[in-house]
Amino acid sequence: MRTAAPVAVAFLSGVILVISFFFNEEKTVVGGLSQELLNWVIIVGGFTLLLGMVSIIRVNWAAVQRRKENWIYRLFTLIAIFAAAIPSLLPPSWSPLFGRAEGSIYDWLFVYLQAPMMATMFATLAFYIASAAYRAFRARSADATLLLITATLVMLWRVPMGEAFLNLFPGDVPNIINDYIMNGANLAVQRGIIIGAALGAASMSLRIILGIERTYMGKG
Amino acid sequence: MSGIEIFQIWVMAFFTLALFSFLYKDNPAYKLAEHIFAGLTAGYQVGLIWDTIVIQKLWDPMIYGGKWWLFIPGILGFLMFARLFPKYSWLSRVSLAFVMGTTAGIFLFTQLHGLVLPQMQSTMLALGGEDGFAAALLAVVVVIGVISTLIYFYFSKEHAGVLGVTARVGIWFIMISFGAHFGYTVMGRVSLLIGRVQFLIEDWIGSFSQMF
Repeated sequence: MRTAAPVAVAFLSGVILVISFFFNEEKTVVGGLSQELLNWVIIVGGFTLLLGMVSIIRVNWAAVQRRKENWIYRLFTLIAIFAAAIPSLLPPSWSPLFGRAEGSIYDWLFVYLQAPMMATMFATLAFYIASAAYRAFRARSADATLLLITATLVMLWRVPMGEAFLNLFPGDVPNIINDYIMNGANLAVQRGIIIGAALGAASMSLRIILGIERTYMGKG
Repeated sequence: MSGIEIFQIWVMAFFTLALFSFLYKDNPAYKLAEHIFAGLTAGYQVGLIWDTIVIQKLWDPMIYGGKWWLFIPGILGFLMFARLFPKYSWLSRVSLAFVMGTTAGIFLFTQLHGLVLPQMQSTMLALGGEDGFAAALLAVVVVIGVISTLIYFYFSKEHAGVLGVTARVGIWFIMISFGAHFGYTVMGRVSLLIGRVQFLIEDWIGSFSQMF
């Protein structure tokens, strides 16, 4: 029961989707099932994310209660979660500070705290990428040299000053980078990876529907 | 500049500088900002999911829209919370199996129909025509790149002989692509960095004249 029921559910839901693919989405009930089931997946996925929130709160609360290392910071995590979540769950009819609209606490926290911090976090990565590049891209092999040259050319190409520098060379270098690196080699590799990954995803899907692949259920 | 605007700028500046302080070394100001950032991101998701999914996709259509059958995904969603109780955690597998089965059903055809075939179609272009030699050369480069990349990721046979040579060409293409992606990523991050530094110089330091 603990394994058979989930396998049966995966099989049925998968088969329904496969069958509905062959029917007109707007004119037949079977065809329309695909959109309905997709909507159901979004709903279940939403609950899954909420479960994740509950888990985060439980883990952090336990650490605060037991006064584990860095518990004070975890307390701030909890305060931040509730500060953003609770006002957004309350109806805006009670106060303009509630809900998710412009001018609410939720919106203020996003605009003045979360968004700038997110941008700063990603901006900080610029330094670490540069440092990683220095260590990783020392041209010790032909492959690394190729990567280094391409990265340098693309970085130059992406800024006006670099583009002006590239234009000093004969043969319209910026256009060559655009045509042969971005729309040539890069596009080809992206296609190769997409085709390979899609074939892998399709075969894995078949394994899930047929109940061969069960690792997603975990142990027990 | 009003008092509240100055306060907002100082709050943003404090957290921006606190996060940048990690570039020197780990410190309490960074840890505080990091934990608040993590908490806010989680809290933001709660509000977003509650409004756009639980209310807009489940509650309103089920209660006011007459779509009573939506109680099924509702129950499946609640079953996910069974994971919190070890004795009943297996029940969450049913919900998980539904998500996996449905996603697999979608993927089985969309991956082939929507990705593999169109990508192959776009790769196999007729040579010649009005676009001239340069376009033909580019089309050949793309075909060689796609085939050699696919062969590089084909591990069922030893990369030796013709297969080995093709895989070697594949790795060159992959290195060029990764280099291009790296260049793009670096420039994206630098652009964000410029944005933050601009904020600190123009808005934050600019607010000093209003205060002092």
